[in-house]
Amino acid sequence: MTISRGAAVSNEAVAMPRKSRGPWALAFAKLKRNRAAMASLAIFLLILIACLSAPLYARWAGVDPFSSTLDAVIQIDGAEVPVMEQSTEGLGLGYTPLGPTWRLGNYFLGADSQGRDVMARLLYGGLNSLFIAGAATIFTLIFGTSAGLVAGYFGGVTDTILSRFLDVLWAFPIYLLAISLSIVMIAQGITIGPITIESGSLWLPVIIIGIVYVPYVARPIRGQVLSLRNSEFVLAAINLGVPGSRILWRDILPNITTTLIVFVPLMMALNMLTESALSFLSIGVQPPDASWGTIIQDGQALLYTRPIVALAPGIAIAISVMALNVFGDGLRDALDPRSKVQLGRD
Amino acid sequence: MIDKDQPILETRELSKRFSIGTRFSSQGKRTVHAVDNVSLTVRRGETVGLVGESGCGKSTLARCLVRLYDITDGRLLFEGDDITGKSLTELRPFRRRLQMVFQDPSASLNPRRRVGDLVAEPLRIHTDLSSREISKRVAELFDLVGLLPDHVMRYPHEFSGGQRQRVGIARAIALNPDLVVLDEPVSALDVSVQAQIVNLLADLQEKLKLTYIFIAHDLSIVRQVSTRIAVMYLGSIVEEGPAEELFATPAHPYSQALISAVPVVETTPAGTRKRIILTGDVPSPLKPPSGCRFHPRCPIAADRCRTERPQLTEHRSGRKVACHFPTLAASDG
Repeated sequence: MTISRGAAVSNEAVAMPRKSRGPWALAFAKLKRNRAAMASLAIFLLILIACLSAPLYARWAGVDPFSSTLDAVIQIDGAEVPVMEQSTEGLGLGYTPLGPTWRLGNYFLGADSQGRDVMARLLYGGLNSLFIAGAATIFTLIFGTSAGLVAGYFGGVTDTILSRFLDVLWAFPIYLLAISLSIVMIAQGITIGPITIESGSLWLPVIIIGIVYVPYVARPIRGQVLSLRNSEFVLAAINLGVPGSRILWRDILPNITTTLIVFVPLMMALNMLTESALSFLSIGVQPPDASWGTIIQDGQALLYTRPIVALAPGIAIAISVMALNVFGDGLRDALDPRSKVQLGRD
Repeated sequence: MIDKDQPILETRELSKRFSIGTRFSSQGKRTVHAVDNVSLTVRRGETVGLVGESGCGKSTLARCLVRLYDITDGRLLFEGDDITGKSLTELRPFRRRLQMVFQDPSASLNPRRRVGDLVAEPLRIHTDLSSREISKRVAELFDLVGLLPDHVMRYPHEFSGGQRQRVGIARAIALNPDLVVLDEPVSALDVSVQAQIVNLLADLQEKLKLTYIFIAHDLSIVRQVSTRIAVMYLGSIVEEGPAEELFATPAHPYSQALISAVPVVETTPAGTRKRIILTGDVPSPLKPPSGCRFHPRCPIAADRCRTERPQLTEHRSGRKVACHFPTLAASDG
């Protein structure tokens, strides 16, 4: 009985019109089964949403994260507490900012050396850090992909010129190049044609970080395009008389999108670290704007009295970067299990 | 009207050489003689079989014939038009009439595009049909090659090898070409599927009045489909002639060895068929031997073969061979 029933079911399944599942649908199904990747994505999205609600938090808590409030006084359990407390140790010079109150409301994580709400600055800083990392990723992907596509597809002199140029960029240690670019640009800003970016603009770190990583994307893309260029389906398209630009768009680009998608979270993570490092060295985001890097720098002076100021953004960076990396690995496993795509020199 | 006797495709001393390495690499810049002085004439309606071992330049020749590769030397004429040096844009009108089916259907179909889209591509490029007319034509083509109408929305990975090759064939015949170059169209397929595809190709040839250049290393298939056969060795054609005649009385020692290697189930008395086993390997096309390319492995090589290169000449009516001693070879075999 059971055997015949089983046979009937399988026949039915064969007769049923099967829904065609493209490569994207298959990859997405595989990604959904990867719990670590999905959890990481959830954590990252949570951080993103929290940072996006930074203005809401500031208004709700009634704090201004961008101007110093050294003489503010707040109410805790009915008692009035100054945000900046006169130091009682030693000579009694200097002030110690308020520690974390751990109560919903203002100064949840205490105040920084200028009496500003650390929680509000953390959220605003996260917003900037994420924005810079995201925008720099887009910048890198656009320029890196274009360079890789053109160099790989057209080859010859075009390839030689582009590749040598990228090699020059590649030859610099990342941070040395980023720091050099920052020092040049941070002071005066830059003007490219009609676009002027003023010093202190968030777009400066975006461009600096974006430029620095272009070869890291262009190289693997160029390699992929080179091998796709000689694949039979591209030859078949050439044989059909398909124009080169159409082959690039319809045949080659769709086959490197998986690589590009895998690059997104990994680049984001890398960019966040670079941004924090530059901001920590005060050549990234400029005050009064905040980013996780600048908050760590602010917290450096308070490391003994109020370690939370430096710890909070540090933990935020660590969690975000880890979430992005785990998600990126999951994405790679789902989209392109055979590829050895990775960012970095080796 | 087109002259009936005019060959549809003709090559004159066509050569293709690849450079590998640069001056700075350990062995310097070297040249691969992939196709060497091939003169081949293909007439309307016939099927020319091109056989030879792997690496003898069959596929390179095929890709030269459809101008996927630039030709190093010699000339390529399509219906009398010289298309040797034409640029990609200038070639576009010829592409409609000169198509190709590739060896590995899983590599020649873009995995990211639906098969209906792939078959529609040539129609979009070369015709001004509306999208409705295109999908109608694609449905027709799918029917013609034995695929179901609802297959159009699928991706290549959802098909078997044989079905994929049907898609490749549908794409090649979409524009009603005159000549189709079949580059080992069945060698990547299971034996049972090979016969189906060969039959499909034969049907299509009859229906659409196609001319084929059929490349294969499987002699029994080539014998079945071809009207004329050219045998290649190390980039050159060593013998050419009508299929049955060439199989019955091969004149070149290489053809003899090749044909003697075909397993037979015929009722030939034992002993009349001699298996000729060649010694040595195919020489590297980087450094082809002097004189006759085949002399280091030839059982009847003489001094003359080491120095003088035999030309492909007619030694009997309709039969061409590139050997100094074709008659001797024929009687010996």
